[in-house]
Amino acid sequence: MSEIPGDLKFNKSHEWARVEDDGTVRVGISDHAQSQLGDLVYVELPEIGSSVEAGNAAAVLESVKAASDIYSPVSGEVVEVNELLSDKPETINADAFGEGWIFAVRPSDRSELDQLLDAKAYEELIEHDEQ
Amino acid sequence: MTEKTVLNATHRALGAHMVDFGGWDMPVNYGSQIEEHHAVRRNAGMFDVSHMTIVDLHGARVKDFLRHLLANSIDKLKVTGKALYSCMLNEQGGVIDDLIVYYLGDTFYRTVVNAATRAKDLAWITQQAKAFDVEVKERPELSMIAVQGPHAREKVLALVHEVDRARIEKLAKFTAAAAQGPGGMPLFVARTGYTGEDGFEVMLPAEHTLAFWNALQAAGVVPCGLGARDTLRLEAGMNLYGQDMDETVSPWEANLGWTIALDAGRDFIGRKALEAQKAAGVTRVMVGLVLDGKGVLRHGQKVLTANGDGVILSGSFAPTLDKAIAFARIPVGEPGAVRVDIRGRELPVHIVKYPFVRDGKPCDGI
Repeated sequence: MSEIPGDLKFNKSHEWARVEDDGTVRVGISDHAQSQLGDLVYVELPEIGSSVEAGNAAAVLESVKAASDIYSPVSGEVVEVNELLSDKPETINADAFGEGWIFAVRPSDRSELDQLLDAKAYEELIEHDEQ
Repeated sequence: MTEKTVLNATHRALGAHMVDFGGWDMPVNYGSQIEEHHAVRRNAGMFDVSHMTIVDLHGARVKDFLRHLLANSIDKLKVTGKALYSCMLNEQGGVIDDLIVYYLGDTFYRTVVNAATRAKDLAWITQQAKAFDVEVKERPELSMIAVQGPHAREKVLALVHEVDRARIEKLAKFTAAAAQGPGGMPLFVARTGYTGEDGFEVMLPAEHTLAFWNALQAAGVVPCGLGARDTLRLEAGMNLYGQDMDETVSPWEANLGWTIALDAGRDFIGRKALEAQKAAGVTRVMVGLVLDGKGVLRHGQKVLTANGDGVILSGSFAPTLDKAIAFARIPVGEPGAVRVDIRGRELPVHIVKYPFVRDGKPCDGI
């Protein structure tokens, strides 16, 4: 299992958020989550320009096993989606914290970021999960 | 309480993701379900299927009993070791379970039934057996390892004692025989499976199971979880009890008509109901579906046809085909342009004859 990058914030539902230099927030799922889902075979991406709300489903990941909603950690407008995932959804399995990002949002309320777990709190959450 | 096979600690040591499977703590994958699936299609994989229920039937009238219990005809088994796939029906013609039965002697048959239906199957079989004075003996001390794939048989044969090897190598499909394994351990080797590939299902005493598993692994056989077993059997067009049929579904409605033997004068349980249903006309049929676009077909999704709605039974991404396939139960008749409702969107699918995959290759028209 790969190390959890310290600059990420997390939903309890295992999505990560990274604030980029331009102020947008990039969203993906944790390495723990991809490992639990298993091999990913299809990603339903949000539309660029659509609005998402914190805690609401914004994308769908389909593994061989099941379909899972991806909840946006922040509200705002989708400004970018990871088109690579349309052909290579397994990128999430290979690099969940990097190349496997899913979409990016221009946040409408940056204070929502403060509601998220930091890397250390998230690590404790998944350790608790595994017991 | 969750039950464990003798290989439970081995699965965990191999890094398996474990899930509850019909009351058993079983490996769903050891990392990548897709790689495990390909290992079986291309080389050789092995599955711990010790959760399945092995039941031995002994008695002078055991054949008469099976003529009554099973929808398929036990009289088809004429050679010792030969196996038969059959449904066991209730009086309404609904499927209590599907099973394999092996002919091991005129007073001895062995059946293998599903783990999730163990209690009701044992109760039903025991109840029906009374009138025939047949002894129903579960064999929980036996484990079962399925070794499947184009190279599976040669991997097992290399572990079979040389005095038995030629005989086991010649074992016909759907036939079983006893043999000695490493160190003389007693094996019951059946050329059966649930993947659409050639291979063996091997039953053996619990105390030898780990040694046999390790010997297979040393020979390059890939441990595979029940996740891969599910996608393999779906591609191979094989039903899963509980998902594709149950007590409310007759074999006619589950594409299992080929397993019903309406031989003259045989009064098996459910026969009257099956004949009445056939005479009145079967209203639902089971079909194979392929989704050519992106997305995944899943159990429970609505299927829209010209004759009304149906439902997806087993549905999954098919690793050999790189697209989604499914079984669906739909109203009988010309279905028109068939669509599946996936999260509120109607996606076009087409109906195909299955199996979808046989001997490692996509079937015609898939």
